[in-house]
Amino acid sequence: MSGLYFHIPFCRQACTYCDFHFSTRRQQQPAMVAAIRQELQQRAPTGPTGQMKSIYLGGGTPSLLSLSQLESLLQAAQANFSVDPAAEITLEANPDDLSLPYLKQLRQLGVNRLSIGLQSFDDSHLQLMNRAHNARQSRQCLEWIRAAGFDNFTVDLIYGMPRQSPKHWEGQLAALAPFKPPHFSAYALTVEPRTVLAHQVARGTLPAPEEETVAAHFDYLQQWAAAQGYEHYELSNLALPGCRAVHNSAYWQGQPYLGLGPGAHSFDGKQRYANVASNPRYLKAIQEGQPTGTSEWLRPEDHLNEYLMTRLRLDEGFAWADLTERFGSRWAQFVRREAQKHLKAGRFQEAAGRLFIPAAWRFHSDGLAAELFALQPTA
Amino acid sequence: MNKMDTLRNFCIIAHIDHGKSTLADRLLENTKTISDREKKDQLLDDMDLERERGITIKSHAIQMLHDQDGVEYTFNLIDTPGHVDFSYEVSRAIAACEGALLIVDAAQGIQAQTISNLYLALEHDLEIIPVLNKIDLPSAQPEEVTDQIIDLIGCKKEDIILASAKEGKGVADILSAIVHRIPAPEGHAEAPLQAMVFDSIFNPYRGIEVLFRVFNGHIKQGQKVRFMNTGHTYEAEELGVLKLKQDKQEAVYAGNVGYLTSGIKEAKEVKVGDTITAVENPADKAIGGFEDVKPMVFAGIFPVDTDEYEELRNAIEKLQLNDASLTFEPESSAALGFGFRCGFLGMLHMEIIQERLEREFKMSVITTVPNVSYHAYLKSDPEKLVLVTNPTEFPEPSELDHIKEPYIRAQIITKADFVGPVMNLCIEKRGDLKNQVYLTSERVELTFDMPLAEIVFDFYDRLKSLSRGYASFDYTPMDYRETDMVKVDVLINGDQVDALSALIHRSNAYDIGKKICSKLKELIPRQQFMIALQAAIGAKVIARETLSALRKDVTAKCYGGDISRKRKLLEKQKAGKKKMRQVGNVEIPQKAFLAVLQLND
Repeated sequence: MSGLYFHIPFCRQACTYCDFHFSTRRQQQPAMVAAIRQELQQRAPTGPTGQMKSIYLGGGTPSLLSLSQLESLLQAAQANFSVDPAAEITLEANPDDLSLPYLKQLRQLGVNRLSIGLQSFDDSHLQLMNRAHNARQSRQCLEWIRAAGFDNFTVDLIYGMPRQSPKHWEGQLAALAPFKPPHFSAYALTVEPRTVLAHQVARGTLPAPEEETVAAHFDYLQQWAAAQGYEHYELSNLALPGCRAVHNSAYWQGQPYLGLGPGAHSFDGKQRYANVASNPRYLKAIQEGQPTGTSEWLRPEDHLNEYLMTRLRLDEGFAWADLTERFGSRWAQFVRREAQKHLKAGRFQEAAGRLFIPAAWRFHSDGLAAELFALQPTA
Repeated sequence: MNKMDTLRNFCIIAHIDHGKSTLADRLLENTKTISDREKKDQLLDDMDLERERGITIKSHAIQMLHDQDGVEYTFNLIDTPGHVDFSYEVSRAIAACEGALLIVDAAQGIQAQTISNLYLALEHDLEIIPVLNKIDLPSAQPEEVTDQIIDLIGCKKEDIILASAKEGKGVADILSAIVHRIPAPEGHAEAPLQAMVFDSIFNPYRGIEVLFRVFNGHIKQGQKVRFMNTGHTYEAEELGVLKLKQDKQEAVYAGNVGYLTSGIKEAKEVKVGDTITAVENPADKAIGGFEDVKPMVFAGIFPVDTDEYEELRNAIEKLQLNDASLTFEPESSAALGFGFRCGFLGMLHMEIIQERLEREFKMSVITTVPNVSYHAYLKSDPEKLVLVTNPTEFPEPSELDHIKEPYIRAQIITKADFVGPVMNLCIEKRGDLKNQVYLTSERVELTFDMPLAEIVFDFYDRLKSLSRGYASFDYTPMDYRETDMVKVDVLINGDQVDALSALIHRSNAYDIGKKICSKLKELIPRQQFMIALQAAIGAKVIARETLSALRKDVTAKCYGGDISRKRKLLEKQKAGKKKMRQVGNVEIPQKAFLAVLQLND
């Protein structure tokens, strides 16, 4: 079980909140595709063994690539790895890049899932975020996706926008409902350092999201999703039964993945590898046959902490038996001891041999996971 | 055997940074006591901490030989600690001398500390040699400062030596003045032994080295000696004079300064100011002025990691070996666990101990809010003094007859422009103005009687900032006076936090209670539930703040590239939380325990 990730580091324009690695200098696009193919060939021999269950083209904006560029990347994947014929192949796309013919061609290339950077059904919010599309395009692309025959797709929404009222957020979800996407992600707007948004907040031109309001949005999201039949299986991800994201789930299940392209991360089960997050430095490294990034070996404590941190974002949490099998009974006991006080306070719950965070406390998942962490003596 | 008429014992009185250490170095070089190879800047300050802070914490003494007009003189320079916390040690060092060099910075003029030490020297009838230092500085104002000196000690203008210790100017004049102006010691070498202890030094290999000045008689190697105030007797195993290194001698005679080792293990066995005499043919009385120095400021010191209690005990015990003025006893706190109640001479002393624990012993400690010691008298026995050094020992108000607190006499020298704000501060701090003297048209000396408790927190920093640094401050302990103190408790979600209780004058209790609550609100991170912060006197709540619950503690995204960074962030967060203290179910960061000290930040 492993996944393959391509990072396509180009965008038409910069969204104010985004801190992912991208560049708006698109003249390097052909050279980049060639370099990523080369990285794939270099790393394939030492890369994951076994079948690829998922391929994910993320970014940046992969829908900026031409069909032939996309095809060359997918072909390289097929040529170098054994890809499960039923693998989930996802492409991240922005509404403004989509047209009915383009969508049909994507299907022919083998793309069987789309992740739409829709963010909002409100023009004023889209402008505030400096998105390239408008609300009409948001709706239009969802119709085309269905028309092109995609029955598996996901939509990104952002809540907790500056001055966004709970009513407004309810309206956004109501606007999504008729399209009945099999999967959607709802992200609380986060002010990341070194973004335009952080600058706006620091200067006072925009208010920072208010915690109380954001928490109220999240509460409503949970209620609404349950009423609509969605499983809120990960903190920011919701799916109709049977429609969970295969590729992204691998991140939360600790499965190996190979990430290609500048800024992409890989995990082989023992060490994490991070490619340099700079287009020119990445291209230079590939050209000169130098390493494209740096690796970090995980110590046993790191493995445990990552396990806790990722599993507790999931509605199902983790099974004690699984924890014990992976880390041994001494650490399982340690975790249980650390969890005790919060179990009593109802911040954790146990059922069917699993520990998980109940709905009322899910917005504290990171803090609660950290309570169970094992620390290095030096940490 | 030294001839007394060629002996000179003197000390140097100066404000911090006025050039005491530099001048001492020049004297040592000029008399060839040290060679260039041995030269280190500020030679006398040998603790790292002293070097860094530019102050002398423990006094030492050094002997030099000086040839003046073909006659060889023996000088003993007795170094004095430069801070008010150690004023008793200063007084004993001064008592061991016949003269003093008064160093005044030609740019900065006379400072409060200079004055209080000068008064001490005048009380002991020392011959004062005024030295105007740093005359080569572009900002020097020699005429104005000369006038200040003349006003202060009533000397003649010609008596003031102009010097630049840095450049070596004036050093020959100083050496000659020491010979001609400071009287030789008096005393009888054949009288019964009387030597005064003015310092002791801890040597890890040889135990305590006692520094003394012989007033009468002589002390011989192998002699049985008795310390008259403590009553301990020892054999003088080794003695000698203090050159750059210790110089072993058969005997040290009247008038001279020397050291003595006799296998004493702990500094607290030796009291500064004590008189050494011989067991056979003892002196009939001790030298006057002995005081058993009592700590003035008390605070709890707790290990951050509760498992390190024993290590902390070890560290404090070791510190006490060479610092007799540090006292400690075990203390337990519901909030902080097991630790020690420590007594210090003053705030600087407390900071030094804290830093030494951290640097020399690698201990990380939480220090609670310091308080002074109170004299409580209960209704059951209004004559009997009950010493209160900890808020937890404060008697029930209904049982209290009356209570007294220590007062100090404070000397503040500032610019005329700042007299108003400085006075307001002192009055707010319950000070009573005793005297106001214009040293010049620009510089004013203010004398206040103030409760010591008021300068323990939140005084120096405010004085410094409202005078923009142009205020110097010094004090001497006075007496205990009746007062009206209350114990202000802090409740966090209804649980009283013993380590946050403070003894506060009733007139300030409401105001300070309110400030404590709002400071805690700032210092305690929000948690998964709402937290009530209250200040109370007994059962009566006098202030309240509410810390709202944390509503979001999770990042929106956690994909391939986020995991490692996020884990490290959360690990840091947990490590930080582990250092916090639990009260009920509330986690309190260490810095909150010092909230009371930062009320006006």
